[in-house]
Amino acid sequence: MNDDESTCAEVVELVSDYLDGNLPAPEAERVADHLSGCPGCTAYFEQVRATTAGLGRVTTEDLPTDVRTNLLEAFRVSRKSEE
Amino acid sequence: MAEVPGEDAGLVARLRAGEEEAFALLVDSWSASMLRLARSIVSTEATAAEVVQETWLAVVASVDGFEGRSSLRTWVYRILVNAAKRRAAQEQRAVPWASLRLTDEPTVDPDVFQGADEPYPGHWRSFPEPWPEQVTLSREVLRVIRAAVERLPAQQRAVITLRDIEGCTGPETCELLDLSEGNQRVLLHRARAAVRREIADYLGKDGE
Repeated sequence: MNDDESTCAEVVELVSDYLDGNLPAPEAERVADHLSGCPGCTAYFEQVRATTAGLGRVTTEDLPTDVRTNLLEAFRVSRKSEE
Repeated sequence: MAEVPGEDAGLVARLRAGEEEAFALLVDSWSASMLRLARSIVSTEATAAEVVQETWLAVVASVDGFEGRSSLRTWVYRILVNAAKRRAAQEQRAVPWASLRLTDEPTVDPDVFQGADEPYPGHWRSFPEPWPEQVTLSREVLRVIRAAVERLPAQQRAVITLRDIEGCTGPETCELLDLSEGNQRVLLHRARAAVRREIADYLGKDGE
């Protein structure tokens, strides 16, 4: 808890933009000040940061093999027809 | 054929020359994320796979006309998004792409903050529990994240997929999804907050 003007309820709505560096300088500074004095918002901010890190590790399923085979075949055919 | 500037030049030239290896490499690198993005617009996995296939066929057919005004990836993804939206319209699935309604409701439950009659209004009642280090390396947590993304409203799902899963920039995402920068940021913020909450619920439940 500190005596800056932002409440925690306001800061949690800014952390995503803060994380991406999308806040105008004065606002970013206000968030940084708040975070430095507020363990609760710091914990929340770290959780959002960890969430984006986790999202970055999500792997995606591959294209079904038969679709891939068809595509390569289509590529061969289309390129041949242009020669 | 238009001269393509920049880093895509070599790849585009190989595609135009009919180098199957180059095409296979592209298909293998991008199809998974294209499937996920298509899946956020159309209603089934099968349709998403068809949309991806349709997209690659369109790429093959029109790579000669690619002018390099955007990156190759943005161009391909743009074809994908348009194809997926067309399919969604045919399916008559009520996808709220056109009617974007952004609420400014808080993303964090207001009850966790003190009320007006308490000593520190708007400040935490009790601090959120810090997560264990490296929590998102856990296979189970990744499963929770995947499921959470799957449950998001379509636009939030598409934005968080492009930004945080695929690593697209904000401007790329806006261009692909026809969103303003402000809307894109709000959607990303809400999506991240929702996924965070599901991880927190999971960790709380399992007491890790």
